[in-house]
Amino acid sequence: MRPTLAILRRELGAYFATPVAVVFIVIFLGLQGALTFNVGNFFARNQADLIPFFNFLPWVLLLLVPALTMRQWAEERRQGTIEMLLTLPIAQTHAVLGKFLAAWAFCTIAILLTFPFVITVNYLGHPDNGAIAAGYLGAILVAGCFLAMGAAISAATKNQVVAFVLAVAACFAAFAAGTPIVTEFLARSAPALSDAARLAGIGDRYGGFTRGVIAVPDLIYFASFILFFLVTAVVVVDHKRAD
Amino acid sequence: MDDLSQDLIEISGLTKRFGAFTAVDGISFNVARGEVLGFLGPNGAGKSTTMRMLAGFIRPSTGTARICGHDVQTDGIKARAALGYLPEGAPTYPDMSVEDFLGFIARIRGYAGSEARDRIAEAARLTTLGEVMRLPIETLSKGTKRRVGLAQALLHDPDVLVMDEPTDGLDPNQKHQIRDLISAMAARKAIIISTHILEEVDAVCTRAIVIAQGRVVADDTPQALARLHPSGRLDDVFRTITAPATAPGTVKDAA
Repeated sequence: MRPTLAILRRELGAYFATPVAVVFIVIFLGLQGALTFNVGNFFARNQADLIPFFNFLPWVLLLLVPALTMRQWAEERRQGTIEMLLTLPIAQTHAVLGKFLAAWAFCTIAILLTFPFVITVNYLGHPDNGAIAAGYLGAILVAGCFLAMGAAISAATKNQVVAFVLAVAACFAAFAAGTPIVTEFLARSAPALSDAARLAGIGDRYGGFTRGVIAVPDLIYFASFILFFLVTAVVVVDHKRAD
Repeated sequence: MDDLSQDLIEISGLTKRFGAFTAVDGISFNVARGEVLGFLGPNGAGKSTTMRMLAGFIRPSTGTARICGHDVQTDGIKARAALGYLPEGAPTYPDMSVEDFLGFIARIRGYAGSEARDRIAEAARLTTLGEVMRLPIETLSKGTKRRVGLAQALLHDPDVLVMDEPTDGLDPNQKHQIRDLISAMAARKAIIISTHILEEVDAVCTRAIVIAQGRVVADDTPQALARLHPSGRLDDVFRTITAPATAPGTVKDAA
């Protein structure tokens, strides 16, 4: 645990030591605000809830989270620091987990910085704050899934642009598979795949959280999803360490 | 552990193949406490690959490497805990200050509080980094960056020190200083340094191994090696015994 915490601390420090943190948070909040207020008709709906906000959140994350993960391993490999890091007396699991937790903590900070939305709806009406809390939990879990996938992809390449583009594509596919647009399309053209896509995709699971439902199977799904891609990242780092 | 003649580094039949190319071909040698081994050979001879296998960074195709009795593959964490390793090019995190970087290494190595501060201060003193501790590493000169890498390797006062070209990029004064540092530590540790500077071998090494095309072609004291050529100069010996490896078609040192 100690090496994991040391790596977590270093990685989190690196976000704030470079412009990454400021750029990420400003663009994230700006984009999320613009989409919620303008495209989502936040005020015109005349409803005291954060449904438009939570509908757009995963799509903004999908675009920005790969920017955090692309440098995670690709940068270590490019700078040669991976050789220094992996010859310290730590297991690769510590390194992968430390980097993942740092990115997840950073994303959680960014997501929680959207708190003015919560204050706004509470000022304007009487929202279901339990459902809002569940939505936030869902969003943080979605970010965790995107980060775990991004980590595995970053471990596989030395090129940050490749890592970014592949991670956006993978996050999009994993999220969209569970959204109504895809499942309804599949229900018409290939019914057998429709249920599979809904079960495997992140979108449908997240939808439950935004409606205020925290179901144990969904929590198990998110935990397994994150774990699977972190284990993949450990295997890939080990396999590609000397390339 | 206090037996001064024990072999702290044991390398046996170490081989690394990258596809059809054999970078390191059945290298075996031991290094005892008190020895400073100069690791010589032309570029691409397999020096860095051997050191990377010893440090546990790349997995050997066959053969074993042990540090203080711990196999670097099967008991890697214990082996690496006893090892100070300076990789080629002395990589460090450019966005961190020297102080933060050494603090990170100290935490990873399990030091906390005043013990961590003492370790960092001592490593900084040995590598004369005192004045640049608060500066970001990316703003430092090449020689200073190398000394930061060296401080990282020395922080835990390891029994085994493996350094890939530790004086590359240093000015003559700094080179002299690092050689003095190595000589001062020599009695307590087993040290391997790779270098292209043959005078360095004369100055600090008690033993020299020359490798060419992945094989050990000479293993002796620098003085005995120098006698292999009528001129009595190490660089003439080096050129004679490694000549085939510098022929066209030599593959660059992998990775």
